[in-house]
This record gives sequence, C-alpha cells and structure tokens, in this order.
Amino acid sequence: MSVLTDVAAFLAAGSNWQPENPDGITARLLEHLQYTGIALAIATAIAIPVGLFIGHTGRFAFIAINAGNAGRALPTLGLLSLVVILVGIGLVPVIVALVVLAIPPLLTSTYAGLQSVDRATVDAARGQGMRERQVLLRTEVPIALPILMSGIRNATLQVVATATVAAYVALGGFGRFLIDGLAVRDYAQVVAGAVLVAALAIVLDLLLAGVQRLVVSPGVSGRALTRTTPRKVSP
Amino acid sequence: MITFTAVTKRFPDGTVAVDDLTLDLPEGKITVFVGPSGCGKTTSLRMINRMVEPTSGQVLVQGRDVMEQDPAELRRGIGYVIQTAGLLPHRTVVDNIATVPYLLGWDKKRARSTALELLERVGLPAAYAKRYPAQLSGGQQQRVGVARALAAGPPIMLVDEPFSAVGPVVRAQLQAEFLRLQQDLGKTIAFVTHDIDEAVKLGDVVAVFHQGGHLAQVDTPEQLLAAPANDFVADFVGRDRGIRRLGFRLADSLPVQPVDAPRDSEWVLDLDDRGRPRGWSRRGVTASMQSGGGTFTTADSLRTVLDLTLTSPAGVAVRVDQHGVADGTVDHAAIAAHIQDDPIRAAR
Ligand SMILES: Nc1ncnc2c1ncn2[C@@H]1O[C@H](COP(=O)(O)OP(=O)(O)OP(=O)(O)O)[C@@H](O)[C@H]1O
Ligand SMILES: [Mg+2]
Repeated sequence: MSVLTDVAAFLAAGSNWQPENPDGITARLLEHLQYTGIALAIATAIAIPVGLFIGHTGRFAFIAINAGNAGRALPTLGLLSLVVILVGIGLVPVIVALVVLAIPPLLTSTYAGLQSVDRATVDAARGQGMRERQVLLRTEVPIALPILMSGIRNATLQVVATATVAAYVALGGFGRFLIDGLAVRDYAQVVAGAVLVAALAIVLDLLLAGVQRLVVSPGVSGRALTRTTPRKVSP
Repeated sequence: MITFTAVTKRFPDGTVAVDDLTLDLPEGKITVFVGPSGCGKTTSLRMINRMVEPTSGQVLVQGRDVMEQDPAELRRGIGYVIQTAGLLPHRTVVDNIATVPYLLGWDKKRARSTALELLERVGLPAAYAKRYPAQLSGGQQQRVGVARALAAGPPIMLVDEPFSAVGPVVRAQLQAEFLRLQQDLGKTIAFVTHDIDEAVKLGDVVAVFHQGGHLAQVDTPEQLLAAPANDFVADFVGRDRGIRRLGFRLADSLPVQPVDAPRDSEWVLDLDDRGRPRGWSRRGVTASMQSGGGTFTTADSLRTVLDLTLTSPAGVAVRVDQHGVADGTVDHAAIAAHIQDDPIRAAR
C-alpha cells in the first residue's frame, strides 16, 4: 500500500513535472518521445516501401514472411550492446536497436495488407487504365490500410515499451526512472516509470486509432456496412 | 472498329486459350462472344484492351495495333465491365463511376457531375452516390460497373458476363436496360457470356466459340438459330431454337383473317362500341382479353403471336391497330403456313 501512495506522490509532485527539471517527468517524456519518433520514422521509411514493393510485385515474399519470426527472436538488449561495442555510447545504438525492433511488424503488416486485397479489384483497377503506381497508391494501399495501420500501432507499442533501454546506455527517457530507481532501491520511482511508459503507450495507441479512423475509408473499415451486405458471387 | 487477325494466345504454362482467331467486330453494334466455359472468350476480350497480350497475330482497335499503344491510355479509351463489378471498395459510388475521368485529369466538378448523370442513367437514385460498394446489392453494383465504363464516353465497351451473378429476374431487367442504353449510345460492344439465350437476346452479331478459342460460327442471332453451322453449334444453341427464332421475326407480314370471318370455335369475340376487343364469350361464359389470349400489333414477334394463339380460348390471336381497334385474327395454322415460306428455313 505504501508503495502505491509513494507512486502517486511521485507522479503528483509538481517539481517532477517542471520542464526545467532535467530529471523531471516532462523532460523524460520528451526524450522518450524523441527516441520513439526517430526510430519509428526511420523504420517506416525502410519497411513500408519495401513491404509495398514486395506486396505489389509478389517478389521476395519470403523476406516479408520471415521478418516477423526473425524480429521476435532478436533480443533487443543484446543488439543494443553489440552496436554500443561497434560505435560507442550514444543515440545511434539506441535508435538502431529500436529500428530493428520496429521493422518486422511494419514489413509484415504492409505485405499482409496488400496480400489481403482482392485480385479481381486490382485487375479491375488496371483494366480501367490505372498505371502500376496508381494501382498501388489508389487501389491497393487504401484497401490495405486497416492492416497496415494495425502494424504501425503494433510497432509503436513495442518501440515505446522498449525505448526504456536507452537508460542502459546513459541516455534519458522513462527508462531512467526504472534504472535510477532500482539503483537506489526507490521502488516507487520504478513503478512510476513503468506506469508512465504504459500510459504513454495507451495515449499513442489512442491517437493512432484516431488517425486510422480518419484515413481508412468507411467502405473498407466496415463502418459503411450498416445495412445491406453485398451478394456473394457464385460461378 | 475492332479486328482480330490470326490471333493466338498461349499462356506461359502452355495452355493455348485462343488459337488463330480472325474476327471483325462491326462498329456501333453488340458482338457477343458465347461458348462453353474455358473456350477463350475472356482471353479474347482482354486482348482488345491489352489486359492479355497476344502471342502472335494482331488486334486492331480503330485501325491501330494495340501492341503499339500505351496500355493505360488504351484502356482509358475503352469501357470495361467485369463479372464481379470490381468496384473500388474504398471509394463512394460517385467516385467509382468517375474513376476514368479522374485518371484523364478532368476537373473534379465535371467528373462528378458526369458521374451523377450516369448514375441516373443506369437507373439508380441520386441518393446512392454517397454509398460505398459494400452497401449495394449485386445488381446495383453491376449497374455502377456499367456507369463506370461509360463515364469517359468511350466509343468501345468490353463487357464480361456482367449479369451472371444476379438472379434471373434482375438479370432480365438489366439486360433490357442495357439494350435501351445501347439504343441511345450506339457503342461498339464486345459482350462475353456463356448463356446462349442472353447472346441471342443482346447480340447484333453472335460469335460462337469452340474449345481452344476456335470460332464455330459468326452470325446474326436469327441466322444462328435458323441454320447452325455444325452439330456443336446446334447442340449449344439448344433444342427449342425453332420457337426461339420466331422471337426475331415481326408479325408485320403475317396474313390475318377478317375479325368477323366465320371460325370453328364457339367462342365469340366481344368488341366494345369502338371495335376494341373486350374478351371472349361462349354461352354466357366470358374470358377477359388478359386472361385468355390477348392482342398483338405488327411490332410484336411471331413468337408472341404464336403464344397468344395457344392461350386464347378460341385458338386465335387478335391483331389491333394503333388505336387498339381489332383489325384481324390469326390462328396457329396460319402462323405455321407463314413460316413454311421462310427463305432461311429453305436454305437449311
Ligand atoms: N493466366 C492464365 N494462365 C494460364 N491459363 C489461363 C490463364 N487465363 C486463362 N487460362 C486458360 O485459358 C483458357 C481460356 O480461358 P478464358 O478465361 O478465356 O475462358 P472463358 O471462355 O472466358 O471461360 P469462362 O466462361 O469459364 O469464363 C482456359 O483453359 C483457362 O484455364
Ligand atoms: Mg470468362
């Protein structure tokens, strides 16, 4: 019970939220968001184009299929240590480790999203005179968007949770509360750090859910389906 | 308008879907490709808009070899209606219809107003414009598919089994609407079906395909029913082709008896004071014109007239003029005699 009150006290303390306080929650939040944002931006810039290429052409599909398994098998902390040994302490090893973590769910979901698009729809789009790029961007991606967005949300959750490793290499973020708290056996700080990570993950997921609602067409998300269902075609 | 010259399509797996096809599709007419499943109808159709590329031979569209044209541009100039409609699920009905205008770079307002006109033209209420394909029935989706193919006003339309996924009642309705549209628009249409009834109903010209993309016969529907070129076609066309063929002949040259000529039957034709048929009566029993037989005009087909003689209690069908006044009667013997003189029948 006393730990919980301590946690509440920690989270409620005004000094912890002052932006000027370099060890405060606000500063740590910004650092945490920075690592998350940079890593996701880089991972997205790599995984989504590659996933789109694989999904659209059907070539190198084994990469997208195996990426998911490979990603799960990789220990982030081990990877982080390896990159630290190679390039030294700093932002780079953290970002590399997080990017590697985020790529598999992004790649797999982009590929799976495109795979889910009905071939007859793609054929019809091409038959109306869309060029390949238009088929991809105006037909396949909008239809694949729900699955693609779920991959982005998935990757975001994983990166937010794992960005705590930054503290292992002397950087900031919410991981600091975990590491520093453990070092001085201040368990209230440890729990508060975990709560903050979870809260941030939830907030970001809700934001992305909102984005998803905005960008996914009601015709695809099923929101339009309030009345008749389409008749299934029988040969 | 569209010409196949010695066109062969061999797929990479070795399947020869179309073998040495030579065929001319007349301008402004509906040419139906009909034949059993897998005989190469769809493959032939898709070689017109280069969705399939010929292995050898030449497909000319408006005098130009399709292989020398940019595929996307070629396709934007040819309406394409597909069996499953193939609408874009993430776009509203109006935006689906405007697909090709958007690709052609029309401004959004013009593309949408054209799309709305077409929505009405294919018989859907304007309120459907904002719906998504998933909110439409199969028949409604098919109408949107037709509207989409028409949107940029292409002179040519390719239509692949558009009505096979809907029930018979909706199908008949869509077919009638399709013919009405074509009467206004006069497009050059290639229409694929495996239903011979649909083929003879819609086609100006019917090309019967045999397995392997061989042409068994190319003819008008009436000629096809009257004189199948071989056993395959005769078998495919079906056994009651004699009756069905009468559907293509008008009753305009059918000789009639005077309305008051003596008849074998006891039934008497009841006329109102202006000479319009009311029904039949016999010893105080009456049958209305609707329930027993009926009337025809010179614009009706022999098939309709024959049917009337079979359902009329007196065994005769009554012809009326444009004012609905009875001006003659005919029985089935007279129809049979009339067909006997048919030059087509004599040819076979
Ligand atoms: N992409 C392809 N690769 C290999 N074979 C194909 C391909 N497309 C069609 N075929 C084969 O070519 C033949 C003709 O096919 P096509 O689709 O033109 O037939 P169809 O007359 O339209 O039949 P249906 O009435 O069933 O639609 C068939 O044997 C089919 O299996
Ligand atoms: Mg077919």
